[in-house]
Amino acid sequence: MISFGIPYLAVVGLILIGLFALVFKKNLIKMVIGITIIESGVNLFLITLGYREGSIAPIYTSSPGGIMSLPVPQALTLTSIVIGVAVLALMLSLVIHIYRHYGTLNVNKIAEGEK
Amino acid sequence: MFDLEFFRINTGSGYWDPILWIFAFIIILVIVYVIRNLGKKDFKKSGEKSKVFLSGNPEYDKEQMHIKGSNLYWGFTESMKWLYDILNRFHTGNVSDYVLWFVVVMAALFIVMTISGGI
Amino acid sequence: MNFLPVPPEYIPVLIVAIPLFGAFLTPIISRINGKVRNIFAISILGITGFLVFWLSTEIFTNNMIYTYVFGGDSNVIGSGNSAYAIRILFEVDSFGIFMAIIAIIVAFIGTLYSYSYMKKETGLDKYYTLILLMTAGMMGMLLTGDLFNFFVFLEITGISSAALVAFWIDKKYAVEAGFKYIIISAIGALFVLLAIALLYGQYNALNMSVLANTITNFNLIDQIILILLFSALAMKAGIVPMHMWLPDAYGRAPASISIMLVGATLSSLYAVFRVIFTLYGKVFLSVSIQTLEFVTTANILGGFIVLLAVLTMLVGVIMALKQNNLKRLIAFAALAEIGYMILGLGIRLAAKSVIYDTEGTAISILNPAYTQAALTGSIFHILNDALDVGLLFLVAGAIYYATKETSLDRMGGLARNMKYTTIFFLIGLFAMSGMPPLNGFASKIIIYESAYQLSPLVSIIAILSSIMLLACFVKVFHSAFLGPKQPHLKNVKEVPKTMLVAMGLIAILIIIIGLFPNLVIENAVKPTVDAILNNTAYISAIIGGA
Repeated sequence: MISFGIPYLAVVGLILIGLFALVFKKNLIKMVIGITIIESGVNLFLITLGYREGSIAPIYTSSPGGIMSLPVPQALTLTSIVIGVAVLALMLSLVIHIYRHYGTLNVNKIAEGEK
Repeated sequence: MFDLEFFRINTGSGYWDPILWIFAFIIILVIVYVIRNLGKKDFKKSGEKSKVFLSGNPEYDKEQMHIKGSNLYWGFTESMKWLYDILNRFHTGNVSDYVLWFVVVMAALFIVMTISGGI
Repeated sequence: MNFLPVPPEYIPVLIVAIPLFGAFLTPIISRINGKVRNIFAISILGITGFLVFWLSTEIFTNNMIYTYVFGGDSNVIGSGNSAYAIRILFEVDSFGIFMAIIAIIVAFIGTLYSYSYMKKETGLDKYYTLILLMTAGMMGMLLTGDLFNFFVFLEITGISSAALVAFWIDKKYAVEAGFKYIIISAIGALFVLLAIALLYGQYNALNMSVLANTITNFNLIDQIILILLFSALAMKAGIVPMHMWLPDAYGRAPASISIMLVGATLSSLYAVFRVIFTLYGKVFLSVSIQTLEFVTTANILGGFIVLLAVLTMLVGVIMALKQNNLKRLIAFAALAEIGYMILGLGIRLAAKSVIYDTEGTAISILNPAYTQAALTGSIFHILNDALDVGLLFLVAGAIYYATKETSLDRMGGLARNMKYTTIFFLIGLFAMSGMPPLNGFASKIIIYESAYQLSPLVSIIAILSSIMLLACFVKVFHSAFLGPKQPHLKNVKEVPKTMLVAMGLIAILIIIIGLFPNLVIENAVKPTVDAILNNTAYISAIIGGA
């Protein structure tokens, strides 16, 4: 029975690892990676909600029989992945500009340089 | 005759009327002007009577005597220094601390829900 | 009014589609000339504003809810008891259109102001594209009736406003503020998506009215969803202790972007009201005797929200007294005003009580009458605060444009050269700190009087923070405007006419709302409060009769 719950445990694990990287790491690139890990966790949660055991992919018009997984969470996940790519691109370009101005990627040095 | 209740808003326990306030303000301005005109009319602004007194300190030229922005509430900020030290430790400028406060508020709300008999 | 070229049921989608279309056309039009592009952007926002005002007169007078279905004929599939609402819907009631009026006023004034404020910058075609995209995102957030659609528009607003905050990429503190804002925005939106995924897994529906109909008992999953949604949306609305991104983002952006960020922040506050009063309406709003066990939950949650509101008011004004940077001081004052808006929500939840008869059995659940007045005051304060804070940010931008100084230590004697800016700052000062007869006082007195009936301490703290706001702005007025002319500021001139026209429009609106508050409350705020507290009308517009 626990084999059905492994994706949900993985979701919780991914979100906690992402929050840990965001709160306790000092490098700006590691914070950005933390946000993408949280986003992967949430997308995995969306896909897992629609899975039925022994099902086929929901893309057939005249299907060979059997049950299909739910298609709505898959559409939501595709939208979310695209939004995640756009946010990642913006964050990384801002990190490049910060590195050009400050010369360092350490959060503490950036925060105390502005006081 | 226009409706006197038109400009009035009713709060739960009373009302507020801006037109009545403006009438009262004009009447008080007239009274203030009348009292001001009861003063002496033959005061000349010259001599030692109208120089600036700075407790004996010398007076520099006017551009240097303007009080700057960070000196204005010195008494307040100096006497409440304990409060400002605590607050400045929160506003670090470090984005990891901002996310830490978000997790703290989620945890506090979870505890509140448990106490209220829900979970 | 029948002179519209389109049928009136297409108006909700046109309000979102016209800025989006303009955003995609702007890079092409900017190849012609700079002036044509500016006039194109202002006229697109003018057309959208006209459509919003027309729709608002229809909704406020007739008290009906406008819906628009994407890609279908009717709202539901099937009929009667087996009606499924499958498609994406826009559902516009009084609360949504009230916030849309605020958002479009703020966007239009910001764009009109940036006609001359940003004239000497380069890369302006990207600037106007991002402004139109941000307006489309804000309108979509406020008018939609579907939760995942709300998430998509939330992300659109977050990305475009973060790129605009970091617009001056040659200044190093602006880029850092943009980075902090995008991280906070991304975290908030991801946790909202987690809550939406949980709601979909539990109830198999994403439509707000279907969910409002089915969330009746408040089990464990519903409570976790409420915690996630409230924390993430409150972080994006700037409530203490998650507020620290707000002075950085507001204080380092260009002035015309700071006034539009106010609109984005208020849209997240709209979402907090929607979640608590419409999605969980059957838990928190109902007065039937079956929901007896939720009264304690509502009281404790309301008490927590009142505590957060009081903390917001106090932290905002105490930090604002110490700042030397002008825009950062105004940003902390804007933070303090958000506390007033959430105070009405907390009072409404915390004052729910049970009436017992003489034997100890409960006969009815009661919401006292002053809670309706508290909600009226808070909703009216959203409109007033957007205008007041907007005027103060525009004045700060005008000072930066004329003198190139940002610190209060190096300014002085500006009132001799910039007369109109001084008058606008005085109007903003009196309106923000709640002086009669301007509009700040009209909403604050309703909040003071209804908060007093909950607990006198809350009312005392609210009045105290208003007085300290007056102290902050008197400090700014003395050190920036009064006094003799400083030697390095001898040649400042008045700002160009477009900026004065933009500031003058807001000042005229402030004075009109201050002198005639009854017009706004009777016609706009009362239908809004009735729409918030009445979620059965929201539900029955889609799946009628449930």
